[in-house]
Amino acid sequence: MTTITQTGAPASAVARTQTGAPPLVELRGLSVRFGDRDILRNLTAALQGQAIGLLGPNGAGKSTLINTLLGFYKPSAGSAKVFAHDISSGMRPIRALVGYMPENDAFISKMSAVSFVQMMGELSGLPPEMALERAHEALFYVGLAESRYRKLGTYSLGMKQLAKLAQAIVHGPKLLILDEPTNGLDPSARQRMIRMIREIRDSREMRIILCSHLLRDVEDTCDEVLILKRGQIAHYSNLNEERRANKQFLELETYGANGDFTSAIESLGCECAVTANRMKMILADGIETRDIFRLAAEQNVRIRRLNFRRDTLEDIFLKAMES
Amino acid sequence: MAVYRRSYKPYAGTLTPEWSRFLVLFRYSRRSVFRSKVQTGLFVICFFFPLACLILIYLAHSASFLAKIGIPAQILSIDSKFFFRFMSVQGALAFLLTAFVGPGLVSPDLANGALPLFFCRPFSRSEYVLGKSAVLAVLLSEITWIPGVILFVMQASLAGASWAWSNLWIAGSLILSSLLWIAVLSLLAMALSAWVKWRIVAGALLLAVMFFGAGFGQAVNAVLRTDFGYFFNLPYLMGTVWIALFQVDMEQAISITQAWVAILVYCTVCLWLLLRKVRAYEVIR
Repeated sequence: MTTITQTGAPASAVARTQTGAPPLVELRGLSVRFGDRDILRNLTAALQGQAIGLLGPNGAGKSTLINTLLGFYKPSAGSAKVFAHDISSGMRPIRALVGYMPENDAFISKMSAVSFVQMMGELSGLPPEMALERAHEALFYVGLAESRYRKLGTYSLGMKQLAKLAQAIVHGPKLLILDEPTNGLDPSARQRMIRMIREIRDSREMRIILCSHLLRDVEDTCDEVLILKRGQIAHYSNLNEERRANKQFLELETYGANGDFTSAIESLGCECAVTANRMKMILADGIETRDIFRLAAEQNVRIRRLNFRRDTLEDIFLKAMES
Repeated sequence: MAVYRRSYKPYAGTLTPEWSRFLVLFRYSRRSVFRSKVQTGLFVICFFFPLACLILIYLAHSASFLAKIGIPAQILSIDSKFFFRFMSVQGALAFLLTAFVGPGLVSPDLANGALPLFFCRPFSRSEYVLGKSAVLAVLLSEITWIPGVILFVMQASLAGASWAWSNLWIAGSLILSSLLWIAVLSLLAMALSAWVKWRIVAGALLLAVMFFGAGFGQAVNAVLRTDFGYFFNLPYLMGTVWIALFQVDMEQAISITQAWVAILVYCTVCLWLLLRKVRAYEVIR
């Protein structure tokens, strides 16, 4: 459950979620300023989802928000908490819980993948033997088993992305922050990456914050989405609830339908709009698709296609951008 | 533990103490130093002169052998000058070794943007600098003050306790002068390699700072008829401090206090330059 408040909302509104657990990320009037440019402006939100997508056009402040949560940038005003740890009171406890996969190239070209991931594990506090063992496991997990002894400088772009993911999970973080994880990947590599993120999400061992400007990536992997626009929160959406709510909208493509069929549907209490052989309707409470099929059979109408019409993330995003 | 299964499990074991994390960086960086045959070869060469000094100390106490080969015993005098010369040679070798090793410490991390991966962990910038500079500190210690102290102990054991007590300050001078030189070289090499991501250029720049700095200083002195040019000459400044520490009778154009202050200013500037670059992301304002 996520609570998003408008600027200036009372603190109590965002302090706790409805489940009572502290939110994964809590922003309270967070602002970040570089020189005379406001990059993030007065963000107030409490995010609790298993996988949270950060969406927004280029320059909206997504990466700045992530970097601020990691302590790389200092807030100019407000505060933020990750797992109830305030970022202004020391980053060590937060960083111990986080795995981060940055957007850009981040590797040491002359190191082999296994040494690199092992070193990152050790820097997170794993004893050397355990770090080596988990480095192998992480590289197997992301699918780099065969090439784990190769130098990172010889890796393709897709392999480098996977190596970055391996170093982010080697120490078993509680929160995985992925910044544009599918950047520069070909379609099959992107599919693999998305599948892996979904597996991590479904394992429920780690929470995920995924930052992307690709709507499809967020839609495929996240259950919550926070849309940023010019450094401000433009929209919050719980995609699961959105999907559930939109199950009432139906789109039908029919053959042989006439006014009687429309009237019969309307008599069930459904709102209906007809264009040529297509019908859009909002199902009334208690009415299910099997009732529509029954009516069609009675009226000798063939249903060629039936879709639950829902707001796609693209619609949500475009609405947020227009607002 | 099987690693052939494609599965993920969280880590629930013990963690290493936070204070020891900089040693991880030290270990990996030191290992990479000795992967290069050139650097390993140079490191070995650095022990030739201490070995020669060891033989000289032994010979200085072998009057019968010296008489047999016809060398007067007075020629081989083991005193503060002897250790000053030792320090001068090893200091030069330390600089050469730093020119090879130093630029490879920070620049590979910066070249491909690896710093965010270090700093997104419970690992600070100062720990990073400490871990990297520890590589140079240990490496240069192994060729400067550690063999110097071994030579001192050797001389003390042959010359007797009275010599040892009356010359104990030489050991202190050896350690202090070495540590000062190591600090200057480490900070300078790392600052340059942080600003110039290309390793070879960073190495060349280190040589330039030393040699062109000295040349520029001499030019300033000649043109302006002053001694201020020596402040650009880092080896001269260090030499001034060493001369004072080893109580060698040599004239210097600037005072010991001025040399100390100048070296501290160099170190502070290098540290500032280093910390400006060693950060996860650079903010462009």
